[in-house]
Amino acid sequence: MEAEPDRLTHAALFEGFFIAGLSGFGGVLPFARRIMVDRRHWLTDAEFADLFSLCQFLPGPNIVNLSAAFGARHRGITGALAAMAGLLAAPITIVITLGLLFARFGKNPLVHHGIEGLTAAASGLILATALKIAGPALRIPTGLAMVVLAFVLFAILHLALPLVIAIALPISLLLAARRVK
Amino acid sequence: MILLPLALLFAELSILAIGGVASTLPAMARAVVAHHWLTPAQFAALFGVAQSSPGPNMLISTLIGLHVAGLPGAAVATLGMIGPSSTLTVLVSGAWHRFREARWRRIVQAAITPITGGMVLAAATFLIRTADHNWRLALISATVAILTLRSKIHPLAFLAIGAGLGLVGFG
Repeated sequence: MEAEPDRLTHAALFEGFFIAGLSGFGGVLPFARRIMVDRRHWLTDAEFADLFSLCQFLPGPNIVNLSAAFGARHRGITGALAAMAGLLAAPITIVITLGLLFARFGKNPLVHHGIEGLTAAASGLILATALKIAGPALRIPTGLAMVVLAFVLFAILHLALPLVIAIALPISLLLAARRVK
Repeated sequence: MILLPLALLFAELSILAIGGVASTLPAMARAVVAHHWLTPAQFAALFGVAQSSPGPNMLISTLIGLHVAGLPGAAVATLGMIGPSSTLTVLVSGAWHRFREARWRRIVQAAITPITGGMVLAAATFLIRTADHNWRLALISATVAILTLRSKIHPLAFLAIGAGLGLVGFG
């Protein structure tokens, strides 16, 4: 964006991300993209991809980072807070309600069996997510090696997360530097 | 005072969550079990509950906070998980656009993706080993994973079917 974008109001930021948060089952990203690009024309496809790449590049929940960066671009820190609050208001209310119900009824044998089936399905979803993320890397020998290394360091050698990153990231950077033109 | 270790744990995970929150799930599980806040099975169950809500997958932190220390715990864990990373994002986002053509940016991106992939695979392995304590539950996980990759079925449908199969005694 070379020109100064039209500044959105705090209310518009809150509302747009509120809808994305409420619709986002199993990942908010496609819903955020639909609202920001297709419906409201806040960003072009390329601008959205650029903004999202920042949020993947930095640590933390990607979609929360996206709302913070976009809100800050329009209204500074209060804009970031408005967008994040919009994104999280409904999901946090819903998940706390579910959590309280779980605490109250989770020991009931019937509910317990239901939760077991639910958790098995949720584990399957995260496996699919993992394969989608790792998919492109698995097609390149060095990428495959890094996927295996990160997995082994963490899941098999049980190293702490900072240590895994301290070992894997420099190697991965060296390999990527040789590959990326 | 349980709120401080709770806040510190999630603030640390926030900064270490390269590629997103999913890559920190094994570390999160390990830490909450080491603190005796949850058993591995309880963690897996809370993960299932978090996935049944709309919204980003960082909601697992809200649920863990709620379980450990009620509503103040939920607030502290949530803010810990989003505070450090979103502050960093706001600080960096202005400079980001300027470097969009930079080679180092593409290198870092290319370097992060396979690590994230390996970490999320570790998370999936952990959850499957914890949650699926019989072959029927493992079959549910495997079927959901395959159908998610091969079809456009809504994730909520899988969660509902999984819960339904559990209820009727398939799990």
